[in-house]
Amino acid sequence: MMPDQKPEQFSKAKNSPSSPRIGLFVTCLVDLFRPNVGFAAIKLLEDAGCEVFIPKSQTCCGQPALNSGDVENTKTIARQVIEHFESYDYVIVPSGSCGGTIRTHYPEILADDPEWTERAAVFSSKVFELISFLTDIRGISTVQARCEATATYHDSCSGLRELGIKQQPRRLLFSVEGLTLREMDKAENCCGFGGTFSIKYPDISNAIVSEKTEAIKESGADLLLGGDLGCLMNIAGKQSRQGQKVRAMHVAEILANMSDGLAIGEED
Amino acid sequence: MTAIESTFKKRAQAAVANKTLKAAIERTASTAEKKRAIAIAELPDFSNMRSCAKRIKDHVIANLDHYLETFERNAVASGAKVHWARTAEEASHIAVDICKMAKAKRVTRSKSMLGEEIGLPHALELAGIECVETDLAEHIVQLAGERPSHIVWPAMHKSREEIFSLFKSKHEKPPVSEEIADLVLSARRDLRQKFLTADVGISGANFLIADTGAVCVVTNEGNAELTTTPPKVHIVTAGIEKLVPSIEHAFVLLRLLVRSATGADITQYTTFHCGPKRPNDADGPEEFHIILVDNGRTQMLADGMEEMLRCIRCGACMNHCVVYRQVGGHAYGGTYPGPMGAVLTPVFDGLKQSRDLPHACTLNGRCAEVCPVGIPLPTLLRQLRSRSWRSGYEPWLTKANVSVWAQFAKRPKLYHAVSKIASKVIRLFQKNGRIRWMPLAGNWTRHRDLPAPASRSFMQLQRSRHKENGS
Repeated sequence: MMPDQKPEQFSKAKNSPSSPRIGLFVTCLVDLFRPNVGFAAIKLLEDAGCEVFIPKSQTCCGQPALNSGDVENTKTIARQVIEHFESYDYVIVPSGSCGGTIRTHYPEILADDPEWTERAAVFSSKVFELISFLTDIRGISTVQARCEATATYHDSCSGLRELGIKQQPRRLLFSVEGLTLREMDKAENCCGFGGTFSIKYPDISNAIVSEKTEAIKESGADLLLGGDLGCLMNIAGKQSRQGQKVRAMHVAEILANMSDGLAIGEED
Repeated sequence: MTAIESTFKKRAQAAVANKTLKAAIERTASTAEKKRAIAIAELPDFSNMRSCAKRIKDHVIANLDHYLETFERNAVASGAKVHWARTAEEASHIAVDICKMAKAKRVTRSKSMLGEEIGLPHALELAGIECVETDLAEHIVQLAGERPSHIVWPAMHKSREEIFSLFKSKHEKPPVSEEIADLVLSARRDLRQKFLTADVGISGANFLIADTGAVCVVTNEGNAELTTTPPKVHIVTAGIEKLVPSIEHAFVLLRLLVRSATGADITQYTTFHCGPKRPNDADGPEEFHIILVDNGRTQMLADGMEEMLRCIRCGACMNHCVVYRQVGGHAYGGTYPGPMGAVLTPVFDGLKQSRDLPHACTLNGRCAEVCPVGIPLPTLLRQLRSRSWRSGYEPWLTKANVSVWAQFAKRPKLYHAVSKIASKVIRLFQKNGRIRWMPLAGNWTRHRDLPAPASRSFMQLQRSRHKENGS
């Protein structure tokens, strides 16, 4: 089967012609496990005056190949993502690790390919993680949302260390009515997910995530928030196994006022 | 699966299950983490110091030939004998030969990871020479017949109770109680007589000062001074990356080294050794040998791993590593544990044998964040993963999984069709939105639930909404 060559996309043109055109890269995990995050991203971006497009030809950013050492397949996937997304003003990703892969690692792995070096560099400068794009590029400082909960925020590693995401989600969460933010101990500690790491070293991963769920429990929060679905699925999966009652959601869902629905791991 | 891989996994698994070990690691590493954070916060300009340190190391590594020759010339002028070793075997062979020439029966050794790297304790043992480890923690590890589990605290895996019973059975005059002061006194008594009767003292080097030919060694116990001063012969074993242009450069690195390692401003002892005893000196060795060791370091330069040669062996990367904190140092199997070990062990022992180590990392980036010389450890680990992939060292099942997945990821229409079916199949195993077990997902579901995929994907939902809107 041939790859989809046409620039097919879902568009939701609402804003003025001067609005930046956004290509939304929803990520494979959001697509399959948590579509609500994608819709929350669309709402937040439109509220921030953007015109959102969703190229149909998107799959995954290539992280499983990149982190397994499969450079050739990563390159092919990277070139494909660049081709399908480079016509937009910005490429927005509701995940720090996928955002980090596209923004930071695509230029690295294509650095030895003269045809793509420049193209990847130009492309990567347009790629942003959703929440930091809203605050840092669009200048958003408040949202219209309500959520009665005591939340704690887990800093996912790639977002934190590759993209510098720390205060941005917290700043926006402060404006959510009814929401109290309570920091857990060592919020910046890795949750032990690490993509394929969690499958390759299940026992080590389990020991690490157990410390994370303990810290969440200690915080007294009833809602866990984060910006990366992989980490959230790992932590929520552990909490569910431990019989803990803390619900887990992507931060975008709260900010887009879409917190009424089911949390991660609740039946749909 | 290679033998080493299964051994690493087995060792890691055993370590994770060992609560005493976990408590011991946590006690030391979390204290180190806290003290480092305070020390770094008190520094007026950590990030500038760090980039300065990084530039010093990069400059030396880029001009290694120049600084090696300068160092050799100045060391020889100070009366030292300089030896060159390409491999670990050559290095320990040279050291053993010097000991034999000195007719040594007993040598003392102050803690040096390079000595471990080149297998020096073992080589001395084979030559029938008694080798006494004089660092307190190394002394404990030696009595227990083990290897160091941390580069700064070699015996961090041992509890006080274990040390007490070890000293009781091994020391001539055993400690009177489990109190730390009594344990230290017991070790002191045991070691003191050996310091005074050793024929050769062997130390490592924290820095080699090119413009004077001096060797800088830091310790907190003063054991390096007692190791290197009374015996007639002092041997230094040092990796060639330890060079700095001058003492000023050493001090920049020293300030970062000590703060990153223990959170202290400076070590209790910082000694500069320059040549053998001079005619009017009160003490000091009559012979001063420096063995400069390559052992894969120039190969690292050639292989694009030169950033690793910046490493000043502070141990901050392992203190802050979530994996090290769970499994401890012995699980890594090499001389150097933690993130830096996961880069170095494949270099020293071969990637084929240790391909598992670069994978035993979540790539969370904390190690690179705390590294005082800015080594991009996750990048280097990724580099080793891709080298392993290219060299065909990865297990066939891993390769097959990733390759099949990539075939879908590269074909969007097929990808969406297949993932639709896969989601449906996976959902058969769900109960209340969670999957507690399903075939092929055992490594995930052994310890945690898998949230079920959505009944319809984002793309499917988007398609229906689009149609409803008629746009």
